Amino acid sequence: MINDIPLNYFLSLAAALFCIGLFGSLARKNAIAVLMGIELMLNAVNINLVAFWRYGSPDPILNQAGIVFALFVITLAAAEAAIGLALVIAIYRSRDTVNVEEINLLKW
Amino acid sequence: MVQNFTLLIPLFPLLAFAIIALLTRSRNRLSAWIAILGVILALALSLGVFLEALAEGAELAVNPFYGAPIVWYPYGTATVNFGWLVDPMGSAMLFMVPTVCLMIFIYSVAYMRHSHTGKDGHTIHEDDPRYARFFALISLFTGSMLLLVISSNLLQFFIAWEIMGFCSYALIGFWSFRGLKEHHIDDAQVGRARAASIKAFLTTRVGDVLLMTGMILLFITVGTLDFTQMFSPDGLNNMLLGEPPIGALQWPTLIALLIFGGTVAKSAQFPLHIWLPDAMEGPTPVSALIHAATMVSAGIFLVIRMYPLFVFDSQTGGFSMQTVALIGGFTAIFAAVLGLAQNDIKRVLAFSTVSQLGYMLAALGIGAFVAGSFHLITHAFFKALLFLAAGAVIHAVGTNDMLKMGGLWRKMPITFLTFLIGALALMGIFPFAGFWSKDEILLEALRLGFFSESGAAPLVQFVFISLATAAFITALYTGRQLFLTFFGKPRDQHFYDHAHESPVTIWVPLAILALFTTVIGFWNTPFAPAFTGYVGEAGLVGLPVPFEHHAFDQLALISIFVSLGIAFGGLFVAYFIYGFRPVGAGQPDPLERLGIIYRALASKFWLDELYGYKINLDGTARAGLLVRFVGLLSRFSYWFDRTIVDGLVNLVGWFGRIMARLWGWFDKHVIDAIVNGSGSVTGEIAGWWRTMQTGNVQNYALIAVAGAMAFAILFLLRSFT
Repeated sequence: MINDIPLNYFLSLAAALFCIGLFGSLARKNAIAVLMGIELMLNAVNINLVAFWRYGSPDPILNQAGIVFALFVITLAAAEAAIGLALVIAIYRSRDTVNVEEINLLKW
Repeated sequence: MVQNFTLLIPLFPLLAFAIIALLTRSRNRLSAWIAILGVILALALSLGVFLEALAEGAELAVNPFYGAPIVWYPYGTATVNFGWLVDPMGSAMLFMVPTVCLMIFIYSVAYMRHSHTGKDGHTIHEDDPRYARFFALISLFTGSMLLLVISSNLLQFFIAWEIMGFCSYALIGFWSFRGLKEHHIDDAQVGRARAASIKAFLTTRVGDVLLMTGMILLFITVGTLDFTQMFSPDGLNNMLLGEPPIGALQWPTLIALLIFGGTVAKSAQFPLHIWLPDAMEGPTPVSALIHAATMVSAGIFLVIRMYPLFVFDSQTGGFSMQTVALIGGFTAIFAAVLGLAQNDIKRVLAFSTVSQLGYMLAALGIGAFVAGSFHLITHAFFKALLFLAAGAVIHAVGTNDMLKMGGLWRKMPITFLTFLIGALALMGIFPFAGFWSKDEILLEALRLGFFSESGAAPLVQFVFISLATAAFITALYTGRQLFLTFFGKPRDQHFYDHAHESPVTIWVPLAILALFTTVIGFWNTPFAPAFTGYVGEAGLVGLPVPFEHHAFDQLALISIFVSLGIAFGGLFVAYFIYGFRPVGAGQPDPLERLGIIYRALASKFWLDELYGYKINLDGTARAGLLVRFVGLLSRFSYWFDRTIVDGLVNLVGWFGRIMARLWGWFDKHVIDAIVNGSGSVTGEIAGWWRTMQTGNVQNYALIAVAGAMAFAILFLLRSFT
């Protein structure tokens, strides 16, 4: 059943999702929104990973590297979200803002 | 074995000098006696050596008394030693020098006491203010002369030679200090003494430099300065090994001439004779010392000592002996002529010394070694006698000017008698010393010049004619001196009244010297030539060939009459001019009628003005043309140094400064600009680039994404093609 859906559908979805995430992380001013964009991009990659695993691998049962990799990415995303939110909170506490355009202490 | 103590001979006077200078300076009489004791001890030892040498006889020339035990300093494989060397002529000198010196010392004891009239009219006798210093200096003088006579090598000889140079300087200028007005010494005389001492020192220095150059060349070519080694056959032949220095001039000729240069200055030969007449400014005993026993004899003795070199040179074709003969012969007549027009009693004697030294050198130059040597010995005695007698006259009268004397024989008969003996000896009148030695020289010149088997020699003929003429003029000026001083009427009553016979300590040395003057000639008469047998028979150190000696023959007899005739002729002319009609008070010298010739003679042919150093009567001194030319030259050199040399140096410095400034500018504006420019360019570029660092994380991410997309596009494009 699932095989009836061609691979490019998944890839198109993943690409669209990635682009949305990319736009969000680049264009949004709110640091939380930026983090959310990053999450989106990670998940788009996860879709890609799983799709390629399902369609690309000769023996999906024996070789499960695709989903394992996806699992790793999820773990990483969780950790990243945790750290990212912690940083946002810390910045907010010291500077009273989460606007990334104002957080430019490393400016030239 | 007295000969082993030869080295002690000069020690006694030198010791006396040290004792007087260091300890007894303030005790006049004691100092004098110490000096005399030093000479007496030296004389005793010298006589011991002399007698021992006489006992050796002619053997002595082959095996001289020689020893060089004191090592002075080593060089290479050999050493320079202090030692002694006594050959026959050296021993004769050992007899002559201390004897004459002792007489001069004894004489000085009284001479250096001046008498003057005090305020209350009484005559006051007073020692010279520097009485002890005088005796110290003449002791040093005598000691160095004795050291010179016994020297075993040329360096030792040269040291003694130089000490004598200093002593002559110090003694000629002995009265070059003020505060002696009551001793007849005024400011003018002080000035003259000062200038004369400097003149003597500088003139002899010219010769010393030549001698030292000769000595250095001798050492280079021969390799030793020891007389016995130097004059061994190998030693002299070493000189011919090297390349001749200047064209045809051989090493022996050059060296002999340089060494002879030392003699020319020390023995006051033309053209360096100018210092000797002015040296008369010293006290009379000093004049006697310089003229008889020490200074000028040292110059002759140098030629005698180096005679093997001269002979060797003439055997190898050199002309050094001819030069010696020429200069000696010329000086003999030149100085004699100048002696004619001097009014200073001592200056006449000074010129006669120059002339007689010319005799000796002429004799040595033509090969009459024995005659020349013998004249050196006899001349020392009669010239010392003449000077001391003249000193006694000066002391008694109080002036040097012969035109203010006259008739003095009545006042001081003993002095007159001794002076007469000395004067007769100087003229060469039988039987006094000068007759025998001068006759010997004339005979040798006559024989070698006109009757030689090897044909006539024009140079020797010139020497003979010159010497014979000089003998005539010598008799003339000595006669003039005698008549002006002792005969006729007193020309200045004040001085005449002041005159008195000398005290016993003055006339006793005169008498002893007169005795020697009378008898010493018989040491070498043509009939019994003992001196010839002793000094000449076996040759000398390094020249063990007997000098040619002729038995008494017709020629010798003729020569005796010729020389006597010449002497009496001169004396007669002198009597005709000065004795027959004595010069009255205030009258000019009859010679002044000669006009320009007299003025030329009186001013010594203007040689002082020409190149020397003219000392005026008032004590001022003026450099001669040559000296002034040298002065101009040095001033020009100074100018050249200041303007050209310094200018060049400054120019180089200025150029360096300009270049340095240029480089500084270049460094500052080019090198630094490059360095700073690279820095500031980097800074500028960095300034643009850093604006990239917006600090906005999203910008960075955008760039990263853009980069990744660019790579992706690139990758895609590549995979399509």
